[in-house]
Amino acid sequence: MESLDGNAIGGLLYDVFGTEMTAATGICGGCGTSSKVAEFAVYLDAPGTVARCRSCGSVLMVFVKVRETTCVDLRGLASLG
Amino acid sequence: MAGTALRRRLSWQVAPVSAVVPETPSVRTITLDVPDWPGHQAGQHVDIRLTDEDGYVAERSYSIASAPGEPVAITVERLDDGEVSPYLTDELRAGDELELRGPIGGYFVWAPPDGGPLLLLAGGSGIVPLRAILRHRQRTGSAVPARLLYSSRTLADVIYHAELDRPADGVEVIHTLTRQQPPGWTGYARRVDAGLLGEVAWPAAMMPLAYVCGPTSFVETVSQALVQSGYPPERVKTERFGATGGS
Repeated sequence: MESLDGNAIGGLLYDVFGTEMTAATGICGGCGTSSKVAEFAVYLDAPGTVARCRSCGSVLMVFVKVRETTCVDLRGLASLG
Repeated sequence: MAGTALRRRLSWQVAPVSAVVPETPSVRTITLDVPDWPGHQAGQHVDIRLTDEDGYVAERSYSIASAPGEPVAITVERLDDGEVSPYLTDELRAGDELELRGPIGGYFVWAPPDGGPLLLLAGGSGIVPLRAILRHRQRTGSAVPARLLYSSRTLADVIYHAELDRPADGVEVIHTLTRQQPPGWTGYARRVDAGLLGEVAWPAAMMPLAYVCGPTSFVETVSQALVQSGYPPERVKTERFGATGGS
């Protein structure tokens, strides 16, 4: 499956965080790589929406929408800001 | 920027379509009359939402094709197996309504204070946000030098062709046609790679600012070649459209 990037989920991220997030910086909990959220590898057609580290492939963020509730898993991120 | 921006909710709204203009046989530009539009930056997106009679909802993100200060416009390429684009390119008419939210995005954006020289690299419909950047540059009277390298399959697939044939002062437009070239074609006729970038890109020593937009494989190839040629990674901004365009 081909990946896009974090630009593609700007609207979803705005929904979840209440602000623009694509220019925020995330640090991968797996390899420590620091990159803009816009640069994450994003898979829209996974079960849910998955963002991975472009360096090591670790899962950084998972969003699953169940009815009107979005479940968010950010455990793969060492930091986000 | 994020610290000073006003917080606002990103809510869905309905906007009437004011114009639909064909760009190529498979591409349309749709202009919207959005009430209370807060304004956008060059390079931002909107999300478009279609709901069918059974309540099934499909959402897609489209780059804004117009400059800040102009009415919101999106340019849509028809994907034959798409859920959203065939409706937008084939069915939608002026006077119809479209549901959208935006503007979205704060990374793949440019404003005159960001400077340059600008290197804009487009594969297929990846031209759309770069066109917004070029129009914004022109409308603000910016003198930042800009060079656009635009990869299309054939001449008929070139979006904004007439507009790009009359670039503003300080803008160079360079085409490459990867699949078929018309008789007498004097432009490039190959895929964008490190060799072509070596001929076209500003030298890294000029500290250019690059924006790369197109299908994922195009963006990967181009951004890696630029970084290998000495562009700092933070000055190579990327946006992947997936395997939609033709480059």
